[in-house]
Amino acid sequence: MAKRIDVSGLSAFYGSHKAIEDISMTVEPRSVTAFIGPSGCGKSTFLRTLNRMHEVTPGGRVEGKVLLDDENLYGSAVDPVAVRRTVGMVFQRPNPFPTMSIFDNVAAGLRLNGSYKKNRLAEVVEKSLKGSNLWNEVKDRLNKPGSSLSGGQQQRLCIARAIAVEPDVLLMDEPCSALDPISTLAIEDLIGELKERFTIVIVTHNMQQAARVSDRTAFFNLSAVGQPGKLIEIDETERIFANPSVQATEDYISGRFG
Amino acid sequence: MASTTPIASPPPAPAPPVTRKSTSTGRAGDKVFLGLSRGSGILLLVIMASIAVFLSYRAALAISKDQGNFLTTLDWNPAGNPPVFGIAVLLFGTVVSSIVAMAIAVPIAVGIALFISHYAPRRLAAPLAYVVDLLAAVPSIIYGIWGALFLVPYLEGLNLWLDEFFGWTYIFEKTEIGVARSLFTVGVLLAIMILPIVTSVSREVFLQVPQMNEEAALALGATRWEVIRMSVLPFGRSGVISASMLGLGRALGETMAVATVLSPSFVISLHLLNPGGGTFAQNIAAKFDEANELGRDALIASGLVLFILTLLVNGAARLIIARRKEYSGANA
Repeated sequence: MAKRIDVSGLSAFYGSHKAIEDISMTVEPRSVTAFIGPSGCGKSTFLRTLNRMHEVTPGGRVEGKVLLDDENLYGSAVDPVAVRRTVGMVFQRPNPFPTMSIFDNVAAGLRLNGSYKKNRLAEVVEKSLKGSNLWNEVKDRLNKPGSSLSGGQQQRLCIARAIAVEPDVLLMDEPCSALDPISTLAIEDLIGELKERFTIVIVTHNMQQAARVSDRTAFFNLSAVGQPGKLIEIDETERIFANPSVQATEDYISGRFG
Repeated sequence: MASTTPIASPPPAPAPPVTRKSTSTGRAGDKVFLGLSRGSGILLLVIMASIAVFLSYRAALAISKDQGNFLTTLDWNPAGNPPVFGIAVLLFGTVVSSIVAMAIAVPIAVGIALFISHYAPRRLAAPLAYVVDLLAAVPSIIYGIWGALFLVPYLEGLNLWLDEFFGWTYIFEKTEIGVARSLFTVGVLLAIMILPIVTSVSREVFLQVPQMNEEAALALGATRWEVIRMSVLPFGRSGVISASMLGLGRALGETMAVATVLSPSFVISLHLLNPGGGTFAQNIAAKFDEANELGRDALIASGLVLFILTLLVNGAARLIIARRKEYSGANA
């Protein structure tokens, strides 16, 4: 199911403010691509253009093309709701539906996509929770509210919810920034397993994390505050961290700014 | 020697006054504020208790002289010989007209609140919210006059239609000829009157739904309605219940508008379109001036029942809200 993402000439705006400018890149299927860069460089904004969540923000607007395999997500006949059903997303802060049980949280996306038989639903929920390494911790309390779990568990619950609908792509917006080191490790291990099945794009502020989990790394930067963010370079993670081709990348990675 | 004396004596001396001064003003402020807030809290309890004691005392006087059954008698004649009065009609009328009002107002209010908070373009949302709030500023006697002069004649057509097509429900069967000075009309009027409070409280709650809750649904591919169903309504549920209870409180106690519209009678009928019936507040307003001493005490006794009814309703609302607390959006 995993699909290739092909972005060309993409710019995103908040009202009249241009947040990112002219970004082109290719994301390979069944790989992890990490976005790094200083705050405000537009990496989260760019991530949100990949499932058309950017335009949810009042004034949000996008120019350019995003091809998922061969289909343009911004084609005039494409329904953004349908896009979001094939491109899943995990957010910075765990956001399970507070009023739903653990089971219902994982089943939420499935129920949106149509009716399932009870057994089938239970199967998919179990598979998804196993897929996010949460099953053993919650199998005895599936009808407890999702908000009763710890932060790290909640984030894995959100991952289970996202993968339950078998998306083509999984976007993660700093998924570990609100978690402790143990939970972070659990999520990173999980990302390693999930890339067998999904195309994964992860935004992170933690460069060690990018180095640990990703196959390719993209570095974003902005020339000054108020200027649009740009893609500086994208390459194999090892190359980016050992021998980047742009000086700014090396400066950022070695901690000289950002 | 020269170094020990300056260090030993001067620094400790100025330091304590500074700290003592700042903490002591802090303490005085704390004390004043503690006294004020504790005093207000106690005052509130004292007021509540004295209302309850006053109502109970006068009510007991009246009920001891009542020759009918205070709860079941379908009559109000405290001046008669023997004095006979009961609250059955008033309790029935109050509850029924309030239920009609809630049944009409709450769905409409939630709809308006959702439209303002999640559907309307911002240019339209602000003026619309303002207009709805403005409804709350109309005095209730104006509603009463409008109800009597406009609603009563113009609801007759609706009454005929309801009677013709929903007469089989019994509730909407109209068995008496007469203008629409009925509990149903009162309910419609009350619905309009409680609409603004229910709407504005619900709207505020819907606007407070954390963005990350809504984005959780959006990112799963939810349409706008599905976002509302999955994130907004569950989060806003307890808020909508509180809003409805605020409205219900107003509907239960509404006096002038009801007194102006209703043609009172001491019968209980589930034919809501028939003229007649009565409510606690309406009955008190209509009879208090001409009542003798026992009559006033009897009205106070009915007021006590209204007081208890309102307490029960509020208590029930709190239970509903508390029952699903661990599922509520508040602890997310």
